[in-house]
Amino acid sequence: MKQQTLEKSKEYKYGFVTDIESVKAPKGLNEDVIKFISKIKKEPKWMLDWRLKAFSRIQNMKEPNWQKPKYPKINYQDLYYYSAPKSVKDKPKSLDEVDPKLLETYKKLGIPLKEQEKLSGVAVDAVFDSVSVATTFKDKLTEKGIIFCSISEAIQKYPDLVKKYLGSVIPITDHYFATLNSAVFTDGSFVYVPQGVRCPMELSTYFRINASDTGQFERTLIIADKGSYVSYLEGCTAPMRDENQLHAANVELIALDDAEIKYSTVQNWYPGDKNGKGGIYNFVTKRGACRGKNSKISWTQVETGSAITWKYPSCILQGDNSVGEFYSIAITNNYQKADTGTKMIHLGKNTKSKIISKGISAGYADNTYRGLVDINKKALNSRNFTQCDSLLMGNKCGAHTIPYIKNKNHTSVVEHEATTSKINEEQLYYCNQRGLNQEEAIGLIVNGFCKEVLQQLPMEFAVEAQKLVGISLEGSVG
Amino acid sequence: MLEIKDLKASINKKAILKGLNLTIKPGELHAIMGPNGSGKSTLANILSGKEGYEISGELNFNGESIKEISVEKRAQKGIFLAFQYPLEIPGVNTNNFLKTSLNSVRKARGEKELDTLSFLKLIKKTSYELGIDEGILSRQLNVGFSGGEKKKNEILQMKILNPKLSILDETDSGLDIDAIKIVAKGVNTLRNDKKSFLIITHYQRLLDYIKPDFVHVLSHGKIVKTGCSELAQELEKTGYKKIN
Repeated sequence: MKQQTLEKSKEYKYGFVTDIESVKAPKGLNEDVIKFISKIKKEPKWMLDWRLKAFSRIQNMKEPNWQKPKYPKINYQDLYYYSAPKSVKDKPKSLDEVDPKLLETYKKLGIPLKEQEKLSGVAVDAVFDSVSVATTFKDKLTEKGIIFCSISEAIQKYPDLVKKYLGSVIPITDHYFATLNSAVFTDGSFVYVPQGVRCPMELSTYFRINASDTGQFERTLIIADKGSYVSYLEGCTAPMRDENQLHAANVELIALDDAEIKYSTVQNWYPGDKNGKGGIYNFVTKRGACRGKNSKISWTQVETGSAITWKYPSCILQGDNSVGEFYSIAITNNYQKADTGTKMIHLGKNTKSKIISKGISAGYADNTYRGLVDINKKALNSRNFTQCDSLLMGNKCGAHTIPYIKNKNHTSVVEHEATTSKINEEQLYYCNQRGLNQEEAIGLIVNGFCKEVLQQLPMEFAVEAQKLVGISLEGSVG
Repeated sequence: MLEIKDLKASINKKAILKGLNLTIKPGELHAIMGPNGSGKSTLANILSGKEGYEISGELNFNGESIKEISVEKRAQKGIFLAFQYPLEIPGVNTNNFLKTSLNSVRKARGEKELDTLSFLKLIKKTSYELGIDEGILSRQLNVGFSGGEKKKNEILQMKILNPKLSILDETDSGLDIDAIKIVAKGVNTLRNDKKSFLIITHYQRLLDYIKPDFVHVLSHGKIVKTGCSELAQELEKTGYKKIN
């Protein structure tokens, strides 16, 4: 038995649970739970009303079911919607006040906050389960007028900004999971970069799902005011679980005139075991609005975890000359499934979008790229370039590319390129003959395949992501 | 160095090598010639450890049986194969590939891994020595390389990895005279009384620049004739038919 546990933990390095007592709302989705969440967060009435509006809306909504990966029906009454590490009920003022056990968890993940504070210049808004426990580098950011805090804090301190922008990109009526999130979101990050300010450091959040059976409903809102720039990093690992865990976050980005937002994700949630048991459902809604002219939003994602990944980080190109980019690596192994891609909605004139998607399937996995390029009638002289490459390992996995292309005017140009290739035994043999073992060889070939996307990641992430790409595919070629 | 005794090999039940014997001592350079389909490339593949063959007989490298040893372990022990058709690996920088390769070999030998700076110095020096354009080093591994560039790249890798036994599988095929000279230079500058070579070739041409200690003729899965470098010249005149 013990041996088995050990082997399991070798398979998934980050599969462990910290036994911090949790404060939980009772199971189930109802008005009382929403009021409980709102109360525990000391929210103003308008926020509670907003949540309740979403809740009433969801009564008449159905989960979407057009996606390729199917999953067992989720019993929403059997989930906990709020759970917080008890020791941070009263927010710590500094890292010293943080529960040592939490810090220990971060250490296991290889992200000791203290070292990060000193060494890397990355400000970390750490989300452990649902409550932000530590925010660093705040002073430096405050100097520049940048707000980087938890969304709960923002609701209290900056209600005008939150009221103005929350739900302005993802309306609370958008679709089932987005609406669910609007009703019960627990915490997440809030960023506001004022006019003309270039954020001097990469902003970063580490998500971690901990308490069992807890749906995780993060809410992130990032606003880049005129002429500003911000780069935001999101990275995730999760403990080993047998039950499926739902994660339905909402991320909204708003870029005003001449502003730029770069949002990078490395997602490494528990993918389930080798037989497809357990693992996270990652049903996230990510959307950015290039609201101002000459604005730019760039999504970069490296998706290696989760049992099912189902998300389409999108750009609404409203402002003239605005630019949307989507760079994605989706790796699925064993029984993992992914249905991911992007939506580029061109509304303004001379808008440009670029989509580079690299899908890798191994084992019995199934990987779908699904993407929409929609160029509106008035979006004259717009351009899109899409490149979707799929790499297959073995002969039991699947790769699919489903592009939806709508070009409604005559001055715009859309390009779509797609390739599917199989990892070549001869390439592996060649690498082996040069002294590289199977894992190193696969890592090398796959990293080569993903290079265009990996290059988009900020340095701190690129190294980690490169390692992750190799690790995710270990043992997938026999 | 290398000892092959009664090596038989088949692929999908089809016998290709039918009892091959060959001993290569340290410092020796052997050439193997033979008509198409005689089993030359199979021999190279089997020595490197490529899977997919049924084999019997003995295969010893430095006194140790390597029959059950994986491709990468053999490479780390000092067996290098210059491929007849080097593979293209998109997105992988040639320099980076070579550095990764060299460091895994060095690690296996118990040597210190080279940092980027020392590696770049080494590769600059080596490519200069061989007269290979450094430009190929910053390109993706073999992607869009001409036939000649691919072969030169193999020779450069051989030089860098500094193997004990180098096997060249028809490296000279399709090369112009200048490229052949580069191949020869790669071999000749590595050659010393400790290193061994097995050169598989169709033509005597390469052997004008690399003087072999022995020339073997492989036919129907067996070595049918062994001689010194004059044998190659003879073959060039008479062809393989007479030997059978």
